[in-house]
Amino acid sequence: MSETMTMAKALNAGLRRALEADPKVVLAGEDIGQLGGVFRITEHLQRDFGPERVIDSPLAESGIVGTALGMALRGYRPVVEIQFDGFVYPAFDQIVSQVSRMRFRSMGRLGVPMVVRIPYGGAIGAIEHHSESPEAYFAHTPGLVVATPSTPLDAYWMIQQAVASDDPVVFLEPKRRYHEKGEVDLTEPPLAFDAARVVLEGTDATLISYGPMVKTCVEAALAASTEGRSLEVIDLRSVSPLDDATIRASVEKTGRAIVVHEAIRSGGIGGEIAARLQEWCFYSLEAPVLRVTGYDLPYPPSRVEKNYLPDLDRILDAVDRSMAD
Amino acid sequence: MTERQGPDASETVVTPGGTRIVRSEEFIQLLTPEGERVEAEGFTYDHDDATIAANLRHMVLGRRFDTEATALQRKGQLGLWPPALGQEAAQVGSGAAVADLDMIFPSYREHSVALMRGIDPLDMLKTFRGTAMVDWDSVAHRFHLYSFVIGTQALHATGYAMGMQRDGVVGNPDPADNGAVLVYFGDGATSQGDVSEALVFAASYDAPVVFFVQNNQWAISEPIERQSRIPLYRRATGFGIPSVRVDGNDVLAVQAVTEWAMDRARRGEGPTFIEAFTYRMGAHTTSDDPTKYRERAEEEEWRGKDPIARVRSYLLARGAIDQAWLDALEAESEELGVRVREGCLELPEPVLEDYWELAYATLPPGLAEQRDAYLAYEAGFEGEDAR
Ligand SMILES: Cc1ncc(C[n+]2csc(CCOP(=O)(O)OP(=O)(O)O)c2C)c(N)n1
Repeated sequence: MSETMTMAKALNAGLRRALEADPKVVLAGEDIGQLGGVFRITEHLQRDFGPERVIDSPLAESGIVGTALGMALRGYRPVVEIQFDGFVYPAFDQIVSQVSRMRFRSMGRLGVPMVVRIPYGGAIGAIEHHSESPEAYFAHTPGLVVATPSTPLDAYWMIQQAVASDDPVVFLEPKRRYHEKGEVDLTEPPLAFDAARVVLEGTDATLISYGPMVKTCVEAALAASTEGRSLEVIDLRSVSPLDDATIRASVEKTGRAIVVHEAIRSGGIGGEIAARLQEWCFYSLEAPVLRVTGYDLPYPPSRVEKNYLPDLDRILDAVDRSMAD
Repeated sequence: MTERQGPDASETVVTPGGTRIVRSEEFIQLLTPEGERVEAEGFTYDHDDATIAANLRHMVLGRRFDTEATALQRKGQLGLWPPALGQEAAQVGSGAAVADLDMIFPSYREHSVALMRGIDPLDMLKTFRGTAMVDWDSVAHRFHLYSFVIGTQALHATGYAMGMQRDGVVGNPDPADNGAVLVYFGDGATSQGDVSEALVFAASYDAPVVFFVQNNQWAISEPIERQSRIPLYRRATGFGIPSVRVDGNDVLAVQAVTEWAMDRARRGEGPTFIEAFTYRMGAHTTSDDPTKYRERAEEEEWRGKDPIARVRSYLLARGAIDQAWLDALEAESEELGVRVREGCLELPEPVLEDYWELAYATLPPGLAEQRDAYLAYEAGFEGEDAR
């Protein structure tokens, strides 16, 4: 059974299924009840599952995540929504000091299976704090899974897999892709939660990306193919942990790698992948691993975000530089 | 809506410092929705009609600016706008209580206060048009940058007030040598840890700061009941901070109460918490659709308590203003409208290269390299259509 739907609808449908599947699943967050969230990801879920399971939270992110942790200790599987990426920081302490390390600090006795959903990334013309890419902060924290879908199909399945995961998941939703449609197979998950996906096969170079930038990378690969270049595109899906085998196999085949993400360059995921690649496949690399990323600046005003964010041209430019070496 | 706020019990409390605090389950009101002058225990209004008329002018201009900005957003000229419709009295009344040495820390909705502080309305639009970050001189205007992270400014305000204490601008014999801080936030913000922490610091150090909550009863879709089971002003009691609730749609009462609180702070008597009980007439922001979560009847009820209408009736009935005065104000407000409409379209387009200088006081070499690479890359597109 398959249906065409937007990523927003796919997430809504996935959350609905998770609520149906397990009575211990509860949702919480600001405005997620009657309003259905500012992006309507939880639309009608409170109506259908009641305010005990779909909870409108007070305006307090540390409270939202900290109480979810407490509910998880009690056997619940909370899925909390942070309204926008830039508002996760009041909850940062709870996520990195408490949620992430509960298993470790309890000598393995306690787990907190919970999901922190965060709409993230730019290119929606928003004001300050509404276009951040905070994935590296969380990927730097052991104990957390950091995942991000790039298509409605993945959104539908990955949110259910995140809820089912016994580890806490920071689930990043690329908000600029919320309204893009895709085919969703409702019967079978396409891939394991932590597997990267080869989106396009190619032989000349590998574009490694995730979340909002996957689509842009596919567009770049299609544009490059008209010039006779064959690019492979990998969607990481899980930013932490990384699916090393898939990345490595691809780059050993193509000999060239370009990591693409919206987030700031320094300390970003791109640097981690570049380091791994030079450790693993130094002798298969034909050129240095390149990064196409946001600049090391706070997210700028929306009228210049098109210059700040990686786009098709910047990716193709990097491909040119990689191939020139 | 008012009935969900509990019974009408009031008490008067005298603090150790001798200050009288009026507590009321209802609120301090000096002007009814019909424009009748009434008295409230513990508060007087000692300004002349000219001051009230000046407040009316600020409210009318504030509303005009807000309405124009909302319209600009609807036409696609702004990415977003947080309207302040209905909150003009809470803003102008409190803004009128601010003196030269005082400092204001706003949230993101205090457009009327900003105008009173001489901020150029076009500068305010830049943030929402996406042509700049927050582009006004907060030191010169003594009006800090808008804050978009809920509640964060309560801490900044408290710290600023602690700085004022250290600078000796609190508790001097000459009132003109004293200053205090006024910080704005919403009812939803009171749930944030930052706000509780600010109250702890302010109380602990007797910081000269006035916490001014505009309780517009909604935090996007969540009613005040989701944040507090007691009238908000009473929350301060637990922190040892005197508090009062005022009719936020009554500009006279708001001014009187805020002046009292600011005077206390300037004299060195410590923080105060004011809850201005008001209503958000429109959407939370232009991205919001209130029909999804609240009844039209509630909005209609509050339309009858319009903060501008009641002062206008009052002043007209007293003969303090007349139709000619109102016509002149209308002309002035139309002029502001035109300036805002036209000026918005002429706001200069930003360029990303200007932002490299802003992240650090001294541009790190690696970042300078990123800039040069960016400029070289962009130069390659010269002559082509904009990317
Ligand atoms: C830390 C944080 N969380 C969430 C948001 C998103 N948000 C913006 S305004 C708002 C509601 C604020 O309500 P309130 O404090 O009552 O102020 P009002 O907007 O009504 O003036 C929310 C949830 C935010 N800006 N910051």
